[in-house]
Amino acid sequence: MTPAITTSAPAPPDGPAGAETPVLRKTPVRKRLVPYWLLLPGILWLLVFFAAPLVYQASTSIQTGSLEEGFKVTWHFATYWDALGEYWPQFVRSMAYAGVATVLCLVLGYPLAYLIAFKAGRWRNVVMILVIAPFFTSFLIRTLAWKTILADGGPVVGVLNSLHVLDVTSWLGVTEGHRVLATPLAVVCGLTYNFLPFMVLPLYTSLERIDPRLHEAAGDLYARPSTTFRRVTFPLSMPGVVAGTLLTFIPAAGDYINAELLGSTDQKMIGNVIQSQFLRVLDYPTAAALSFILMAAILAMVTLYIRKSGTEDLV
Amino acid sequence: MAVHETTKDSQAPAARTPNRGLRWLRRHLVTLAGLATLGYLILPNLVVMVFSFNKPNGRFNYQWQHFSTDAWRDPCGVADLCGSLGLSLQLALWATVGATVLGTMIAFALARYRFRARSGVNTLIFLPMAMPEVVMAASLATLFLNMGIQFGFWTILIAHIMFCLSFVVTAVKARVMSMDPRLEQAAQDLYASPVQTFLRVTLPIAAPGIAAGALLSFALSFDDFIITNFNAGSTVTFPMFVWGSAQRGTPVQINVIGTAMFLVAVLCVLAGQLAGNRRKRSKRS
Repeated sequence: MTPAITTSAPAPPDGPAGAETPVLRKTPVRKRLVPYWLLLPGILWLLVFFAAPLVYQASTSIQTGSLEEGFKVTWHFATYWDALGEYWPQFVRSMAYAGVATVLCLVLGYPLAYLIAFKAGRWRNVVMILVIAPFFTSFLIRTLAWKTILADGGPVVGVLNSLHVLDVTSWLGVTEGHRVLATPLAVVCGLTYNFLPFMVLPLYTSLERIDPRLHEAAGDLYARPSTTFRRVTFPLSMPGVVAGTLLTFIPAAGDYINAELLGSTDQKMIGNVIQSQFLRVLDYPTAAALSFILMAAILAMVTLYIRKSGTEDLV
Repeated sequence: MAVHETTKDSQAPAARTPNRGLRWLRRHLVTLAGLATLGYLILPNLVVMVFSFNKPNGRFNYQWQHFSTDAWRDPCGVADLCGSLGLSLQLALWATVGATVLGTMIAFALARYRFRARSGVNTLIFLPMAMPEVVMAASLATLFLNMGIQFGFWTILIAHIMFCLSFVVTAVKARVMSMDPRLEQAAQDLYASPVQTFLRVTLPIAAPGIAAGALLSFALSFDDFIITNFNAGSTVTFPMFVWGSAQRGTPVQINVIGTAMFLVAVLCVLAGQLAGNRRKRSKRS
C-alpha cells in the first residue's frame, strides 16, 4: 500500500506510448497490445468475482421474498431503513471500537516502528521477525489465547483488580464488575492486538525511508529531540500513518471474530449481524443492505481521509 | 537523535547525577515503549505455546491444569483436525500460485506500459484492499448462490485468489517501478533478445517483490476465516475448524499445531537470514 517513490513512474494516464522513453519508441500494434494481454486474466478475475458480486448484492438488497418462494427484485428500498433502524447501535459500536483500536494501534505501534527503524541496530532483523512471527500462528488461535490471558481468575484481572483499575474502567463503562472478558475493553483489546502489525509495518516502511542526516541536521540546528520528532520525523512518516490507520480501521470495522470470541451479546458489531443474517437467519436482503451501508460508510470515510491527509498516491 | 544513539550501549558513564535513573528512563522511553508493544504482540503466542502442554479438565483449554505432552505425541488425535489442516495448506498453495501469476502480470502491465483505463485498473486493484472482508465475503457468496454453484473447495479457492491478487500486484509493482530501466537498456545494447532480457535481468530483479507477494498470499489464504466462512459450505478449513472448536470445545492439539507452525516458520526465516548473511559476507571477502 505504500507508495513507490520512483523516477521511472509512467506518467499521464491515457497518453499514447510516449516518444520520450527510448524503450517504447515506435511501438508496433502487436506490442501495444501487450499490456492488455497481461491485464486480461487478472482483471477479468476481479471483475467477475469482486465487482460483479457487488452488483448482485446491490440487487439482492432491494429484493423481497422468502427462502421457499425465492427472492424477487421489487425495488424495496425500505430494507435499508429497516436495517438501519434496527441495527444502528451495532453500526455505531463498530465505528467506535474500530476507531479506538486504530488510535491505540497508532499509539502502541509508533514506538515499535521507531525502535525498529532507528534504534534496533543489528537487532533490527530479529525485532522484525518478532513482529511478523505472530502471523504464523493462526489468528483465531491467538485470539482464543486472549480468553486465557483475560480470564476471570487470571493474573491480569487479578493485578488490574488489586490496582483498582477495573473500578475506574467500570465507572467509565468499558468493563463490567470485576471482569474483563465479555466487555468492550476485551473486544477493543483483541482488535488492537489483531491489527497492530498492519500498523507497524507501513509505519516502519515510511520511517526507514527517512534520511538519518535529516535528524542530525535538525540537531545541529539546535532542535530538541521532541521538536525534531514533531517537525521532521512525524511529518515525513505521514504516508505510513495514513496507510497504517486505513489498514487497521477498515478490517477492524468489519470484524466479527473478536466480538464473538471475546465479547458478549452486548458487544456485537455490524459484522456479527451481517454474518448471522446471511449464514443463520438466511435473510439475504437485510444482510446485503447492511453490508452495502457498511461499505458505503467506509469508502466515504476513506476517501475523505485520504483527501484530507493529502496522500493520494497510496495505491 | 541519531547522534545520541551511538552512546546507547556504553551506559553513559558521564551521567553521574542523582536523577540518573530518570534520565536513563527518558532517553530510553521510546525503546521501552516499543519493547512493551512487542511484548503485547508476542504474549498470546507464548500462551498458545505453554497451553499446548496443558491437560485440561473440561472440553475447553482455557485454564491451566497439569503439564502433559499427550497432545504433542498425538497431534492428529482429534477427528478432522489434520484433514482441515491439509486442506488449508492445499488451498493456500493453489491460491498463492494463482494470485502470484495473475498479480505479477498486472503489476508488469501497470509498471511498464501505458494503456487506456489505467486509473480504472488501479481502482479495481485498490478496492478489494479497502473493503471490509465481510462485504466481499457476503457479496461473493450471493453471486455463487444466485448462480447455483455448489460451495466447496473451488469456491474457496476462487475467493482466495480474488483477495490475494491485489496484494501481489502492490508488492510486485513497487519493486518493478523502483528498478532502474537502464539495466534493461544495457542488456539490449549488449544484444540480448527481449526474452533474454526479461529472464536474465528483469525477472531476477523483480524476484524479491514476487516472493514477497507470494508469501503474503500464502499467509493471507492460509489464515483467512471471514471470506472462507461465507463461501465454504460444509467444507472445513483449519481456521474454520478452530472457529467451530471455540463453540464445541478447544482440543489441546490446536495449540500444538499453532506452536509447530510458529516454530517452523521462525526457523525458516532465521535460516534464510543466516544464509543471506553468509552470502553477503562471502561476496564481500
